Amino acid sequence: MADVNITVDGKKVTAPAGTLLIEACKSAGIEVPSFCYYPNLSLQGACRMCLVKVEKMPKLQTACTTVIGEGMIVSTDTPEIHQARKGMVELLLGNHPLDCPVCDAGGECELQDMTFSYGAAESKYIDAKNHKEEQQWSPVVFFDRPRCILCYRCVRVCGEGMDVWALGVQNRGVSSIIAPNQDDHLDCEECGMCIDICPVGALTSGAYRYKTRPWEMKHVGTTCTHCADGCKTTLGVRRSDTGMEIVRGDNRDKSGINGDFLCIKGRYAFDFAHHEDRLTQPLIRKDGRLTPATWEEAFELIGKRFREICDQVGGHAIGVFGSNRTTNEENYLLQKFARVVLETNNIDHHRTADFPALAAALTGKPEITASMRDVFNAPAILLIGNDPTEQHPLLAWQIRNNVRLHRARLYVINSQPIKLRRQAASFIQIPEGSEGKLAAFLAGEDAAIDAITTEEVSRAAWITLRDKLRGEPNLVVVFGAEIRGADIASVAKLTASIQGAKVVCLGDYANSRGAADMGLYPDLLPGYHRVADTGKFHEEWATVPRAPGLTLPEMVEGAKAGSLKALYVVGANPVEQFTIDPFSFSNSFVVVQDMFLTETAVIADVVLPAANAYEKSGTFTNTCGDLQLVKKAGEVTGTKSDFEMIVRIAGAMGFDVRRLVPFGRGVGTDMGQSRGAQSGEADRHAVWLEANGLEPKMSSFDPMAILDEIQRLVPGYDVSRMNILAGNDQHTTLSSSGPGALHDSKLIMPAQDNLFSSGTLGRYSRTLNSVIENRHKQPAETEVAAD
Amino acid sequence: MKFSDQFEARFSDMLTHYPTKRSVLVPTLLYAQDEVGYLSPDVIHEIAQRLDLTELEVSNVISYYSMLTTKPRGKFNVQVCTNIACMLRGGEELLDHCKTKLGIGHKGTTPDGTFSLEEVECIGACSWAPAAQVNYDFHENLTVEKMDKVLDEYRKN
Amino acid sequence: MADLVSHPDEVKVVSKRFGKSATNIDRYLELDGYKAVQKALGMQPDAIVNLVKDSGLRGRGGAGFNTGMKWSFVPKQSPKPKYILCNGDESEPGTCKDRLIFEHDPHSVIEGVVIAGIATGSHAGYIYIRGEYRYLLEIMQKAIKDAYARGFLGKNIFGSGYDFEVYWHGGAGAYEVGEESALMESLEGKRGIPRIRPPFPAVVGLWGGPTVINNAETLASVPHILLGGAEWFAKLGPPKNGGTRLFCLSGHLNRPGVYELPMGYNLKKMIYEVGGGISGGRKLKAVVPGGSSCPVLTADEIDVSMDFDSMMKAGTMLGSGGVVVVDETTCMVNFALRIMKFYQHESCGWCIPCREGTDWLKKTLTRFHHGGGVKKDIDNIQYLSENMLGRTFCPLGDAAAMPTISIVKKFRKEFEDHLEGKPCPFEKAGVTEPAAVLA
Ligand SMILES: Cc1cc2nc3c(=O)[nH]c(=O)nc-3n(C[C@H](O)[C@H](O)[C@H](O)COP(=O)(O)O)c2cc1C
Ligand code: SF4
Ligand code: SF4
Ligand code: SF4
Ligand code: SF4
Ligand code: FES
Ligand code: FES
Repeated sequence: MADVNITVDGKKVTAPAGTLLIEACKSAGIEVPSFCYYPNLSLQGACRMCLVKVEKMPKLQTACTTVIGEGMIVSTDTPEIHQARKGMVELLLGNHPLDCPVCDAGGECELQDMTFSYGAAESKYIDAKNHKEEQQWSPVVFFDRPRCILCYRCVRVCGEGMDVWALGVQNRGVSSIIAPNQDDHLDCEECGMCIDICPVGALTSGAYRYKTRPWEMKHVGTTCTHCADGCKTTLGVRRSDTGMEIVRGDNRDKSGINGDFLCIKGRYAFDFAHHEDRLTQPLIRKDGRLTPATWEEAFELIGKRFREICDQVGGHAIGVFGSNRTTNEENYLLQKFARVVLETNNIDHHRTADFPALAAALTGKPEITASMRDVFNAPAILLIGNDPTEQHPLLAWQIRNNVRLHRARLYVINSQPIKLRRQAASFIQIPEGSEGKLAAFLAGEDAAIDAITTEEVSRAAWITLRDKLRGEPNLVVVFGAEIRGADIASVAKLTASIQGAKVVCLGDYANSRGAADMGLYPDLLPGYHRVADTGKFHEEWATVPRAPGLTLPEMVEGAKAGSLKALYVVGANPVEQFTIDPFSFSNSFVVVQDMFLTETAVIADVVLPAANAYEKSGTFTNTCGDLQLVKKAGEVTGTKSDFEMIVRIAGAMGFDVRRLVPFGRGVGTDMGQSRGAQSGEADRHAVWLEANGLEPKMSSFDPMAILDEIQRLVPGYDVSRMNILAGNDQHTTLSSSGPGALHDSKLIMPAQDNLFSSGTLGRYSRTLNSVIENRHKQPAETEVAAD
Repeated sequence: MKFSDQFEARFSDMLTHYPTKRSVLVPTLLYAQDEVGYLSPDVIHEIAQRLDLTELEVSNVISYYSMLTTKPRGKFNVQVCTNIACMLRGGEELLDHCKTKLGIGHKGTTPDGTFSLEEVECIGACSWAPAAQVNYDFHENLTVEKMDKVLDEYRKN
Repeated sequence: MADLVSHPDEVKVVSKRFGKSATNIDRYLELDGYKAVQKALGMQPDAIVNLVKDSGLRGRGGAGFNTGMKWSFVPKQSPKPKYILCNGDESEPGTCKDRLIFEHDPHSVIEGVVIAGIATGSHAGYIYIRGEYRYLLEIMQKAIKDAYARGFLGKNIFGSGYDFEVYWHGGAGAYEVGEESALMESLEGKRGIPRIRPPFPAVVGLWGGPTVINNAETLASVPHILLGGAEWFAKLGPPKNGGTRLFCLSGHLNRPGVYELPMGYNLKKMIYEVGGGISGGRKLKAVVPGGSSCPVLTADEIDVSMDFDSMMKAGTMLGSGGVVVVDETTCMVNFALRIMKFYQHESCGWCIPCREGTDWLKKTLTRFHHGGGVKKDIDNIQYLSENMLGRTFCPLGDAAAMPTISIVKKFRKEFEDHLEGKPCPFEKAGVTEPAAVLA
């Protein structure tokens, strides 16, 4: 759009036509105060804080609703303006309880800041304030009416942003009050967006309220551990009896792929980390019972048994289960451990999407995987399968926002009437199981049309739709696990045939894509490189066996049959996940690394207490392929990262860990970075290194050392290291990866998590459980109409 | 939820008057209230469903308009204007008189459910002040005596 | 239903059919009804707009904007349908004139709406009538039905090939809904919260289409202009203030009532001759010249011409035609309080200054009037009102501030007489009970 020139406080400012005055001022470094204005939400003009003087206008104008015009001359700080703003603050304070010392927002309150700026502290009002008791609207949301300044941000973010419309305004005049959708409580997604966006302490969270003061926390920017979308989150942590406790999660700085968005899991379900059932001591089975032991004992035992099996039977008698929730570095390290230390390809994980098939289908194609940012910016989106509102909350948010803010055209094809149909320009329901045929038809296979033609959707309608899609340059195609195996090639073909189109394959769990990319497969090395094909990995590692190993079900069978002598389970719970008979493993030596005594851990011979992703450093790759930093925020004394445990087991087996982790230059000692109680030292050391632009890569337990190798060897991962370390997302590319493979599609089992569940993590989250319980108490929700 | 045939006829007619369904909301609520006496949860639910709105949206609208109520009222709602033109000609005294006579206050209802009382803003009868409305009927140039007669008339019905 | 009055100085234009059973469509036709719209059908739309512009007709809803000018802002081409919206929400305290038009001459409003439609290329109009006026809504419903039955509305009106639909719409009690953008919200089935402007309704209005919003009296004047001509209408009043107005005389007068007088009629004459002077021969203290939103005039300030421009010069407004006369026995603090109670009750609550300001002013004035006032309250009342003035989202905030500021300034002494726990000097019984608070 053409540029417009204006003058603000004597400064020349140029901005695109259509820019709001408040944004133009901001771009020139002039902050105009505001309460009700919030970027990307509808304009209100309600708080009157942003009044400015526009030349030739008799009255002060609201900068948040004024669109700049050529030659506009604006003053933002005259005595008249100052008085107007002071007047507004005075009026607000008139009915405000002024209980800042006990208010959760104290220190982070926009009203406090405004009062400070406009010096309206002297009270002009001696009459009684309107009082009302605080209300609890849900396990998560509390409302303190007198603190509310009626900026309507909560109402808008819930409606326009979340498409939930659970908040409204009741009454009028001074009796106006924000109201929840069920009389005195909420029936909603509990995302906490309303709380996050509230400029004052009127909406507070059940999880955080009265716990601490903002200035008593340390803030760490990291990535959410729950679903595969990879929201950036800032965790507020503080010291506690058991290490560092996470007390809050938000993304107020709006950086990253999610802006200020977080769903309930990212915002509140970090509490599994402090569940009282967390394991904090290694356990060894003695006389049939799991008994606390020392770390030395545990590692010695594991090292000895693994060594024995390798020496006596061979590494192929050991099976390794990896995780969808450990970091890329840990996943990479784990498969390297299997292949280099154990010398077996018996490694697998719980597969939730067919990434290898996509890699195979994209080989040689231009780089056409879409990033989460693309989902927000694409002019058109085709969504096949999945229910992102429940399973990919960020993706759903970005799709909705793209439709709302950029008028993107959304095409939804699903066997269920999923909620995103409300944003869709076109929604078509197809018979369950016909997604593959659909993909084939869209890719040009006309014969497939019969399987999807129904009473409601004629052949002609399908042909029209396909033509329409073909005419959508830069389309982003998003598909769920309904499409697997060979059908993925159809999606890839469709995508490749449309100018600028890109594709997203939806998997579950925070690092399922990372697990796939890092080669937690019996037949695929990192980067979907087939084990049988020699290449870089074989050269570097020398010992990689060339025959494919056992898949997860095969390993279970092997254990049952007695051919598998040991199982090494890292951050997974196959017994529960695959409903495996626990006695299958009676004759194997089972080692489990986990946070909790899971169904798998209870049958183990050794259980090692693991740290979770909020308690360690590394990287995650979200389902789109966006690589992001994971930073250590919380800590539970007595746990270790999976990374350290893998290295220590290798060490205990007598393996030269330098061959596993190429760390440092001659420095061979553990600087204590990951060691529980002493970690303060390491933290300080790490801080110093970071401040000096150095990476703390000093020990064999330092994941950064493995990141070096990943970036060097895994195709698509050679992204800017500096950007990653700075907390920015970097898109990796799948199309430059190895040949991939087609797998038996029965090996893919979607997690089926919804908004309020998150596998094992969810089971140990008080917040999620209380929300689920609370919802059971209430009658089924009815869906709401969009405005 | 059952409304009268007249209500239904009017409702379906009104739906054809506007490009959006929800446009019929405000008059529909008032007509529904006239039939049921107040906007009960059932009425809210019914109207929300018919117009593809959430109950929250409907109650947000109800709570904005002063004639709409979610609480039952007396058979005759006595609305006395005390705004300036009426105040100058005895509107407040008239209201006080009604309070004493009916034994109820602002927004109160007599125990037998016959009368409710409300102090209201200007009802557009300023040149004939003081004025009051009983339900939709205007009573103007009132005095305490006239008011008594008016109330007695209603009581008889 | 409401009594009709008359006075020799009256010039009956809008009220010419009052009391003549013109609700009956045949009777209306006998009295020149529906002639103007037929004439309009034979004219170029621009010619109609210019005619109305030249007539000097200014909005009777309060702001006094030139009606023809407003119509000319409607874009000729519009992808969305255009609408005419008649504002019959009449709720400004002191105002009861649209009521008479609806009661006695509903077809004139319909006719005005259709002419406005022809002039702006619209094919649908809505007549919004406040909820309290149920009997008027019923009169209007019947009038519309009758007009449809005769082919005056609907497809191919008067056989002209032009289609025009007219619909009725009822409110449910909210003064703010009289504000034009809140009116549209209300019509769309929402809370009466005003809209951000620009865009103005003439460009983006009802359901996004260009919309002309006019007061009922404004629209009822239009047919007369078409038949009588612009010049005739303009000459009825002073320059730029064409025609007549329905003035609603109320308060302490011997002959209150609604009188149609030429624009520019002298206020003093209006009070003493038309209205018959102050009741009981008492002295005049103040006049609200055009509904409660206008700054009050003192007894010394009433020798003014009742037209938009002269009133502006006199520091007040012609407003909505509600002339409320206040005699010497009235407590101006209590008067200011009653006005503020109204605005506090009617504020939509959207913006801070109006929502919080009216509430604090009401609280302060209540306490003050009941003897709890301290000296700095007087300045505070003025300070608070001035903080609202010109800074609210819609003019309701101004409407609350303006009369208050004028009363504090012009009757400061009465405020001072309430200080130090003194009982209200005007209260017959001495100490009063706290005024009832509208919830
Ligand atoms: C708070 C407020 C209330 C209003 N109430 C009314 C009303 O009841 N009737 C009316 O015609 N105009 C009312 N207006 C004026 C309208 O906004 C609008 O200016 C008018 O309807 C335009 O018609 P006109 O140009 O014919 O006067 C009100 C304005 C405000 C700010
Ligand atoms: S928690 Fe989320 S869904 Fe619930 S009311 Fe707040 S914004 Fe809406
Ligand atoms: S609760 Fe908070 S966000 Fe919502 S309107 Fe009140 S102050 Fe604004
Ligand atoms: S959308 Fe996914 S990544 Fe984002 S906060 Fe929720 S669970 Fe975490
Ligand atoms: S001034 Fe503000 S609060 Fe008052 S009625 Fe207008 S928008 Fe509503
Ligand atoms: S920020 Fe502009 S009015 Fe609130
Ligand atoms: S002031 Fe009472 S009817 Fe207008």
